[in-house]
Amino acid sequence: MLKHVRSLGQVGVQSIQSIGRAGMLFTQSVTWGGPGSAGFLDLIRQIHSVGVRSLSIIIVAGFFVGMVLALQGYNILVKFGSVSALGTMVSLTLLRELGPVLAALLFAGRAGSALTAEIGLMKATEQLSAMEMMGVDPLKRVITPRLWAGVISVPILALLFSTVGIWGGAFVAVDMLGLYDGAYWSNMANTVEFYEDVVQGLIKAAVFGVVVTWIAVYQGYDAAPTSEGIGKATTQTVVISSLAILGLDFILTAVMLGGV
Amino acid sequence: MSDNNNHVEVKDVTFYRGKRKIYDGLNVAFPRGKITAIMGPSGTGKTTLLRMIGGQLKADSGEVLVDGSNVGTMSRGDLFELRKNKMGMLFQTSGLFTDLNVFDNVAFPLRTHTDLPDDMIRDLVLMKLEAVGLRGARDLFPAELSGGMVRRVALARSIAMDPELIMYDEPFTGLDPISMGMILRLIRGLNEALGLTSLLVSHDVEESCQIADYLCIVSGGKVIGFGTPDELRNGDNAEVRQFLNGDPDGPVPFHYPADDYRADLFAGEA
Repeated sequence: MLKHVRSLGQVGVQSIQSIGRAGMLFTQSVTWGGPGSAGFLDLIRQIHSVGVRSLSIIIVAGFFVGMVLALQGYNILVKFGSVSALGTMVSLTLLRELGPVLAALLFAGRAGSALTAEIGLMKATEQLSAMEMMGVDPLKRVITPRLWAGVISVPILALLFSTVGIWGGAFVAVDMLGLYDGAYWSNMANTVEFYEDVVQGLIKAAVFGVVVTWIAVYQGYDAAPTSEGIGKATTQTVVISSLAILGLDFILTAVMLGGV
Repeated sequence: MSDNNNHVEVKDVTFYRGKRKIYDGLNVAFPRGKITAIMGPSGTGKTTLLRMIGGQLKADSGEVLVDGSNVGTMSRGDLFELRKNKMGMLFQTSGLFTDLNVFDNVAFPLRTHTDLPDDMIRDLVLMKLEAVGLRGARDLFPAELSGGMVRRVALARSIAMDPELIMYDEPFTGLDPISMGMILRLIRGLNEALGLTSLLVSHDVEESCQIADYLCIVSGGKVIGFGTPDELRNGDNAEVRQFLNGDPDGPVPFHYPADDYRADLFAGEA
């Protein structure tokens, strides 16, 4: 019995220590400058590797999600005789919720896991130690540009996801189901607010971007330098960031809607 | 500044790894401009010692002085400055950047720390690569190199900034005789040409005795012998002689403590 209590306490202490280490990593690597700091080119290279290379999955996924939304929405709205609201429904769902959330989830799976594995392997093969001994701070050189690349990429990816999704919705609604295209687009244009819908969705995406990338770089940097350790860290990245995205989404939505 | 001719001084250092005591009042000084080989049984913390000198690990008590300044209490900025200008380290697994080719690996410290124009960096890198015989391999990536070549590239990279102190962690492991001879000549040659202080962690008694000016034998958390290879070979410390000659029996037991062998075998039949 006492043993179980003790192991529970141990888990608690370990998680708090881990949060502390993650916090230190974040504060030390969020600012630019320092020994052997990364340059603008490193940032561009990282944006290419985490952002640009996630484009294909984001665009394909966005298109399908938009198509499904339109199909489901049409079949529900037609019962109430209000199919003209379909454009509004598709666009608001995507801009406020599905765009940021799904883009961030896909980003965590596609780019977050890759970041963790890359940094974990750099650690296991002593590349980070070697960098330190050359007088280059790996936090500034390796972590900082990756962290910022994620923060910059996720909102852009989320916006693209929503845009492509709205086109996917139009493709199903207008071209396949025969909805009048003026109804789809003009109702959307009339109801979507720039600040309340677009900007708030982008704020969500930015928060998810920070959290996912932070989790990914921390898991890699803190991984045990063995093949097993890196495997575990990669899994942790995907699991923890998915849960964090969904949990934070609720909190952010509640704050933005002013309800609850 | 250090008042004597020692580049690195370790004073009364205690170091714990978890609960296990690795060093207990370690005292040793490494002379400037010489090659000192740090040797000892596996698991005595030879790599730990190098990492303490490099400031990657901090001693639990005592001082590690490099050029008279205490590495353990230095600010992060000063430590990086010291590593940048005065130290080089060759890691066991080399630590080459796998996303950069040989040329860019060697150029990395120069590009990061200096504002030299590209053509000058090119000349410097080619000079370092020529010294390790790999000028022709400049466009290859680390994954395309053999173990010995990787080690040589890493060596070229660690001398890129012309350090005063260079530390080699197991430079001979897993090398074929030709690469081994090559690395030996390089270490000796660098030491003579540039007047470096070299610290070398190794298990290979023969090779280390060939190039080292001094041997430092570490066992049980303390230095049990320090001197030239000849002095130690002919000295009266039985533990040191056993290690240098590779005798299975002596003060250091080969067997992990166990019950009587015969009794143990028969115990399984009961």
